[in-house]
Amino acid sequence: MSTFPLKIVTPDGLIYDGEAQRIIVRTREGDMAVMARHINCVAPLGMGRATVVDADGNRRYAACIGGMLSVQNGEVSLVPTTFEWAESIDAARAQLSLERAEKVLSNKDASAADIQLAEARLHRALVRKSVASYE
Amino acid sequence: MAGVSTKEIKNRIRSMESTRQITKAMEMVAASKLRRAQAQILASRPYFQILSSAINDILENNRDFSSPYLKERPVNKVMYIVIAGDRGLAGGYNSNILKMVEAELKGKDAVVLPIGKKAVEFFRSRKIPAFTEAYAEAADVGIGDCFSIAKNLSKAYLAGEFDEIHIAYTNFVSVLSQVPADKKLLPLSPEEARERAEGAPRRSDTIYEPDAEEVFAAIVPEFLGGILYGALCESRASEQAARRTAMDAATSNADEMIADLSLKFNRARQAAITQEITEIVAGS
Repeated sequence: MSTFPLKIVTPDGLIYDGEAQRIIVRTREGDMAVMARHINCVAPLGMGRATVVDADGNRRYAACIGGMLSVQNGEVSLVPTTFEWAESIDAARAQLSLERAEKVLSNKDASAADIQLAEARLHRALVRKSVASYE
Repeated sequence: MAGVSTKEIKNRIRSMESTRQITKAMEMVAASKLRRAQAQILASRPYFQILSSAINDILENNRDFSSPYLKERPVNKVMYIVIAGDRGLAGGYNSNILKMVEAELKGKDAVVLPIGKKAVEFFRSRKIPAFTEAYAEAADVGIGDCFSIAKNLSKAYLAGEFDEIHIAYTNFVSVLSQVPADKKLLPLSPEEARERAEGAPRRSDTIYEPDAEEVFAAIVPEFLGGILYGALCESRASEQAARRTAMDAATSNADEMIADLSLKFNRARQAAITQEITEIVAGS
């Protein structure tokens, strides 16, 4: 199967740099798969599971949050805010974060800003937990 | 020579030695923090390259939509994000950046977003209004904070609270050289991008999901957050490098003074002995 050069970078560093057969990411509009010879394209990312199929056909899953996907002349750059491979996700921490967020959300006196933060945290924790269970 | 008592000199040497110990320790702490900060810069650089090249690509290829982020407005109010340190004793690190910003702001109607305790104090004493003082500890500002700052700033920018956003930070050129820098974040200037695009072939067949304007609106705050984080990394590394250099100089100054004082001490001691002998000989 033909492959394309894929780069995944986050502010913490270069996470993947090499050939891949396919990548599936959750954009704001829903899941999107990119394969070799895709047309140039830019899409902002949502929060969700990303699947990378490397040159040997191995599937790897990751939690991929925020940022964008860009395809330019056959080169694919995934620039998320956070990108964690399923095996490196700390499920216990995600669970704690989830409980903390739920506590804030169940509090009637929480301010709008707190609620917004808690919702984002809840969302991230849910994504991490669901991705971690894939491993 | 005998005028200075040996005890006095001894006290000075002792106090100098304890000062030297402190500066030496600070130098070592700064050196290890610098190593970490440098690694962070290296790790985050590819991210900014790809992010800014993606933004440039969009700017180059798109003439058919106008984003409020692109439009130049008459500048009534400027917003300055200023990144300085939390502590002093870092050579010219804090004063260089703050002086540069003060010169820039002269005669302008400005609002600042200080990051770092020194910056917060500086603008408070000069009565320059701050957008928020929530980021007084530069060391505690993480990537999540950068994105939330960027989000708030873009929102305020779109609401017309200010017409330009600049960021003032210290560029980490090398361990020995850190240069204060001023970068305009918004409005994004399409001129720059257009110039670069002249030579390159036009690619107008890019798909934007869902459409260019929306992609742009979603990516710009992200982009600002990224730049902010990058500037923060650079500034942090600069601070540690400046502190290391300053403390290294202080340590070698202390060494010099200790050597000088020990010489004086030995001379004074010798003079006292000589005098004693003379007195004994004369008295016998």
